[in-house]
Amino acid sequence: MSPTGDIAKTIKMNRKKIATVWLGGCSGCHMSLLDMDERILDVAALADIVKSPIVDGKEMPEVDVAIVEGAITSDEHYHEILHIRKQASILIALGDCAIHNNVTGLRNFFNLQEVLDTSYLHAPSNDAEGVSPSDPLLLKLNEKVIPLSEVVDVDFFINGCPPDADYIFYVIFEYLNDRIPVPGGHKKIQYG
Amino acid sequence: MDNKKIIISPVTRIEGHAKISIDLDEFGYVADAHFHVDEFRGFEKFCEGRLYTEMPVITPRICGICPVSHTITSVKACEMIQGIKPTYTGDLLRRLMLLGQNVSSHALSFFHLSAPDMLLGFDYDPAKRNILGLAAANPDIAKRGIRLRKFGQEISERITGEKIHSSGIVHGGMAHALTKENKKYLLGWIHEATETTLMALDILKIFIQSNQEMVNSFATTPTMYLGTVGPNGEHELYDGKLRFVDEDGTILQDQLSPKKYLDYIAERSVGYSYLKYPYYKPLGIEKGIYRVGPLARLNVATKMKTTKAQHEFDIFRRLGKGKPVHGTFYFHFARLIETLASIEEIAHVLHDDEITSHHLKHNGYWNYPEGIGCAEAPRGTLFHHYKTDKGGKLTHVNLLIATGQNNPSMNRSVLDVARQYIKGPDIKEGMLNRVESAIRCYDPCLSCSTHALGKMPMIMEVKNHKGEVVNRLERV
Repeated sequence: MSPTGDIAKTIKMNRKKIATVWLGGCSGCHMSLLDMDERILDVAALADIVKSPIVDGKEMPEVDVAIVEGAITSDEHYHEILHIRKQASILIALGDCAIHNNVTGLRNFFNLQEVLDTSYLHAPSNDAEGVSPSDPLLLKLNEKVIPLSEVVDVDFFINGCPPDADYIFYVIFEYLNDRIPVPGGHKKIQYG
Repeated sequence: MDNKKIIISPVTRIEGHAKISIDLDEFGYVADAHFHVDEFRGFEKFCEGRLYTEMPVITPRICGICPVSHTITSVKACEMIQGIKPTYTGDLLRRLMLLGQNVSSHALSFFHLSAPDMLLGFDYDPAKRNILGLAAANPDIAKRGIRLRKFGQEISERITGEKIHSSGIVHGGMAHALTKENKKYLLGWIHEATETTLMALDILKIFIQSNQEMVNSFATTPTMYLGTVGPNGEHELYDGKLRFVDEDGTILQDQLSPKKYLDYIAERSVGYSYLKYPYYKPLGIEKGIYRVGPLARLNVATKMKTTKAQHEFDIFRRLGKGKPVHGTFYFHFARLIETLASIEEIAHVLHDDEITSHHLKHNGYWNYPEGIGCAEAPRGTLFHHYKTDKGGKLTHVNLLIATGQNNPSMNRSVLDVARQYIKGPDIKEGMLNRVESAIRCYDPCLSCSTHALGKMPMIMEVKNHKGEVVNRLERV
């Protein structure tokens, strides 16, 4: 029998909220998150996923756990990560780009304008009439890519390119059950 | 009434970053629409100076959804530089990897991202209009969708030990063999995967039947199409030649070697997006808009290679009455037919006795300065073009990505839908979702196309004829 009345209300109030955010990365970490397969329904049983590329969501609400993929590459990302830190009790850096730039940061060895010109002006398939993207509506790329921990405090780092789905599940599941995960802990514990 | 500009951001349930802006005229009607892609990572530049053999490891990091396509395209370019061919088994295993990724990517697009709209409705509570809401409303369908995606991912896992960015595809063939146990395991999935896809086709057909008007008026502007075909014009994903058809279905170019892509495709950079505008070079930017991806591949193909898919293909073709099917909504139909075709072909490839052979790889060395690779990624034709110096160091890198080629028509589709659903400055949530849906039909992977960072948030801004923003909706 499912709980009713006040008990149901208390359970609902205590349900945790999760957000997953995609900054400067390839989405491979989010795909690995989806590689939890049916276990994502176990997570959904314990928590609401209130913001994620796979759901429709508006403003970032206050959440218990925010999982962030990708490095910070633009002014928008910078403001976004500050906002996420403010809204989240636990902030997890998901994958190598979020932790130490990884492939996203390879452009740091070059001048940004040079990088843009190579793609938008000098590619062999370009015609002669193109212009570099400059609309004020577009986000402004930062000269250098930086990892999350250079801007905000990060509570847990899930490493890998992409991280193992078992590892991601382990970390989320521990936090949802009010336990603190340990690095590499998924190798010691087997669920189900 | 003042004229306005509408901006939608972020576009959710799409893989990538984008904004949409809609310009209204002085009477409040839609005058123009732009799809702004908001990410850029710069692979073309930072790969310069590296050894060409690093590319199959770096380029999958362009996109976590279709890493196999990037790796395969990259090793093909490397093999052209070396002047070698993969072994028979290596080639088969790669084909298997590509088909598996096609299944998982298409399953993600249909079940995780689009089915919530079809089964729960465009105007359903936005907080629940997703795969988890679907799991609550119809757990069986959601679970089957999740498992279909899993099947595709398992193919990579069972061959290389990794599901994403797997490192087993190498120039000359493959680095890993498929064991007999894993072959048996994968064959065990075929029945379930086929059933799930047929079920998805039923869901889609019912939706199309009960929403005829919306489906047939949904972003239907005709375009040209580009896709890969086999030697007899059959549908092909892994290795074949290119075919262009015009909007009436007349074949403009056939059995074209991908190595000549620069003769037929040009692109233009535009100020308002990090995504370029590719077009069919002989016709120029105005008339040369073409589309790629599932809809394009079925529109260029003469037939399918497998029986179940051929049956659905015949139904699909009848929709066009002898011409290509232009309705953007039919991307979904094409995607499911391809999923079915991929599952059938996976079974066929798995039954080849050589699939478990250990004759995996030919060795090769730097021989030629230039390499071009091409394959069909889930979202369309993908090109990698490398130039190297005599030491094998890259001097030029050019990447032409599927979603990029759909950019001009995505813009046009957004305009079509906006004209249909936006009258005046007030924007309702269900309408926003319809504009997004037009884009979602293309299943754009903006991560790929801008070789690109991140997600796809969406801003919708309404601007008046003076260019002032008068309404703005934002999804972060």
